[in-house]
Amino acid sequence: MAGLAASFGSGAMSNSMDDVAKQAQAFFIIGSNTTEQHPVFGTMLRQAVRQRGAKLVVADPRKIDITEFATLHLRHRPGTDIALLNGLMYIILEKGWEDKSFIDERTENFDEFKAAVMNYPPDVVSNTTNIPVEKLYEAAEILAVNNPMAVIWAMGITQHIVGVRNVMDLANLQMLLGNMGKPGGGVNPLRGQNNVQGACDMGALPNVYPAYQPVTSPEVIEKFAKAWGVKTKDEGGRVKDELTLSDKVGLTVTEMIPGILDGRIKALYIIGEDPVMSDPDTNHIRKCLSSVDFLVLQEIFPSETAVYADVLLPGASFAEKTGTFTNTERRVQMVRQAIEPPGDSKPDWWILSELAKKLMDRISDRVQKDAPHAGWEYKSTSDIMSEINAVTPSYGGITHARLDAGERLQWPCLNAERPGTPILHTKQFTRGKGKFMPIDHVPPAERPDDEYPMIMNTGRVLYHWHGGTMTRRSEGIMQVYGEALIEVNPDDAERIGLNGKTHVRVTSRRGSIEARAWVTDRVPPGMVYANFHFPEASANELTHASLDPVSKIPSYKITAVKVELV
Amino acid sequence: MAVNIKINGKAIQAEDGKTILQVAKEHNVRIPTLCYHKDLNPTGNCRMCVVDVNGWRISPAACVTPVWEGMEIETDSEKVMKDRKLTLELMLANHPQDCLTCDVAGECELQDLAYEYKAEVPAWGAKGTRYKVDSDPNPFIRVDMNKCILCRRCESACAEIQVRDVWGVAKRGFDEVMVAGAGVPMLEARCESCGQCVAYCPTGALSNKMSYGMARAHQVKKVTTTCSYCGVGCQFDLLVKDNKVIGVHSNSEAPVNGMALCVKGRYGYDFIHHPDRLVRPKVRRYLLEGGGKPVSSDQLSVISDRLSVSSDQLSVTSDQLSVTSGPWDWVEVEWEKALDIVADKFADTRSEFGADTTGFLASAKCLNEENYLINKLARQVMGTNNIDHCARL
Repeated sequence: MAGLAASFGSGAMSNSMDDVAKQAQAFFIIGSNTTEQHPVFGTMLRQAVRQRGAKLVVADPRKIDITEFATLHLRHRPGTDIALLNGLMYIILEKGWEDKSFIDERTENFDEFKAAVMNYPPDVVSNTTNIPVEKLYEAAEILAVNNPMAVIWAMGITQHIVGVRNVMDLANLQMLLGNMGKPGGGVNPLRGQNNVQGACDMGALPNVYPAYQPVTSPEVIEKFAKAWGVKTKDEGGRVKDELTLSDKVGLTVTEMIPGILDGRIKALYIIGEDPVMSDPDTNHIRKCLSSVDFLVLQEIFPSETAVYADVLLPGASFAEKTGTFTNTERRVQMVRQAIEPPGDSKPDWWILSELAKKLMDRISDRVQKDAPHAGWEYKSTSDIMSEINAVTPSYGGITHARLDAGERLQWPCLNAERPGTPILHTKQFTRGKGKFMPIDHVPPAERPDDEYPMIMNTGRVLYHWHGGTMTRRSEGIMQVYGEALIEVNPDDAERIGLNGKTHVRVTSRRGSIEARAWVTDRVPPGMVYANFHFPEASANELTHASLDPVSKIPSYKITAVKVELV
Repeated sequence: MAVNIKINGKAIQAEDGKTILQVAKEHNVRIPTLCYHKDLNPTGNCRMCVVDVNGWRISPAACVTPVWEGMEIETDSEKVMKDRKLTLELMLANHPQDCLTCDVAGECELQDLAYEYKAEVPAWGAKGTRYKVDSDPNPFIRVDMNKCILCRRCESACAEIQVRDVWGVAKRGFDEVMVAGAGVPMLEARCESCGQCVAYCPTGALSNKMSYGMARAHQVKKVTTTCSYCGVGCQFDLLVKDNKVIGVHSNSEAPVNGMALCVKGRYGYDFIHHPDRLVRPKVRRYLLEGGGKPVSSDQLSVISDRLSVSSDQLSVTSDQLSVTSGPWDWVEVEWEKALDIVADKFADTRSEFGADTTGFLASAKCLNEENYLINKLARQVMGTNNIDHCARL
């Protein structure tokens, strides 16, 4: 998202799944295992290929399921996305396939960008990426001459130390081809969790308030200070820092947890997350969580993280509360309560409201109760949505009443009269002109060596969800996919002598796991693929916490490992 | 271009290229269907939608016959009503008479039409069952080919919506039967367990194994909601009986996905009622007794510490262990108590070390409204921007 914010001024999926699937003449899927991770959208893409002959280029080291439908599959070396993209754009410029009028009218910084791309001629790129030159030409032609073309990606692009640069280079490609702002085109990052888009929109980020209003902006601080009844600094300079809204960018999840060890974080409140399973380098995470002074976990299950918690607060599942989720295409949809929460468990909004009231009693003088949105007396999530409408411009007109009446709303939807926005950037970009960014290839942080000669890639599988807290508790799903499987290429299986044996041990510089091997050419020689659904063999025991310098996203996709027989 | 036709004597201008069924529907004339479904390409094989066309020797199937100039159509002549009834009786002759115990009774299209047309089960009908009941090991989909009427909607749904081509037809004549792959278990035929075939099956041939026998259609409350797995944002109906979610049905009005769902959305709901659910607030015993936090809060190491003591005094400590009175044990408490403890700790940490030594991890599984509140709690109440969630993971 940080990448798109730099290129366009705002970071979100630009188009809707429906217009992409129905109107794109070509798709470029890079770093998204769409049919397993976003299965229903994956089937929409399969339909487009089979039923109306849309072209599909997939760039992925793994032979994922969607490659069965690909016009062309580029199996590039892991961590060489930028070289590949620059190489494709070199060919597009060489052939004169760029959209000159779009570049002139809607973008800036083209010359600087072009100079960078000129360092990536096909023979150099072929060496870096291991893709034959003729395939580079074939791919560039499919993507350039079929218009509109939609780019689709997910964590395979962002979970690298160069994740933000990868994204900016994809934005470059779509500006170069004039594929922005129209149906069937666009930049389409698929958000993983059901409401990760909404959590970002609602300001569950260290640098922004709801609707991406920066915490460092004095105007924004004043706006929220007034709404929430917190003092501002300019009252004669006598207001103490602890009585104002902080103008300091906070810590990310990948900084907060390690920050426990150096004393930066003393008390941590976690809602519905399982860092022991989902964060990189599990051993280090365990060490951090067992050192924190006070850990509260608000959850529906005793997750792996619960072992370290001081207090466990039972929350409610999606079936037990009413409110909204926002999907990957910025569509806000109702979630409706079907059953009562079990036992004494409570909807998470109730827990937070009660806690906030107790905290305000203890932290005196901070909140002026007469401000319009100072209080925490919410009777329902509809009340909360009214407050969101007031302080979140892009959600200004999105109410439960409209959604219940059947309106289909995608943000930005500024007020109750507006219909919402299915496609972003149609007339101009949020920042005015789209900015071409010169991007150079950087090798991965961790590279194979003699001791750890192979690369491990990680991700999820169709049948399971993330840390597996929910799906490991689903009987049928466990019948179909009941244990961790590590994908091993047949060549590697033969080399390590897997013949007849079933289990392998995968070891990185940080840890070791043992699991059943799945011998398959889904992975190329030299790569294994592991998931993190099962605590007894979670890939995150092995991953490392090298972060993208801007987004602070861990580099999950490339870990140097050795693979042995058990 | 428009063509002039008559349906049941009424003159209609219809769009060229549309089928009789489409035009009739547009003019609120009902023609019964079984194999036809608006989402799928029509196959015209069940013969329920036959109509009379003036001058035609045979009655064409309305779902696959286009309209053309001068066509005069009768949708409920005595002849087609009789034909439809016969079609239904031929189906019933080869269908188990077990509506009393069939899982889909009440939402079965064959049952509804047999009732409407007063179709009788012919005395000469097939006796007994021809195929194994619940014949496929797939944990989600219950297969009973005795109830199949060969409408082929499962085949079309798998090919056209899921684009997976699991279902096909084997054999011919009376032995004709739907098979997965070349007659293998569904999962071996690369089935992704999305359940699209079940959603489109008009009878009980394909039904949901997890909810089998749990409720009749009229006993459930349907609640339309949004899936909690991935970011696609599919909507569906939760089926609720006695405060329990017993199943998930497609909702054709869903904006993103229509009838389509994946295996997790349609069948991954049973975690909701799993016995592991947390149902009471719990705090570590040391928080109630006023002592400090045990040196290491790693429960495993605490337990192993205690076990190493027990190796010296085996008989004594095994008793002590079962009493579970250690400072790191969980104690169930009331909400009031739990929230007081949390509020005390966070307020104390804030006043002693500053707001920026506290951190909040919100959840991409929670509602927008809840994430807004976490943002407000961290920023308004505590005064820190240390708030994040798993977007990076």
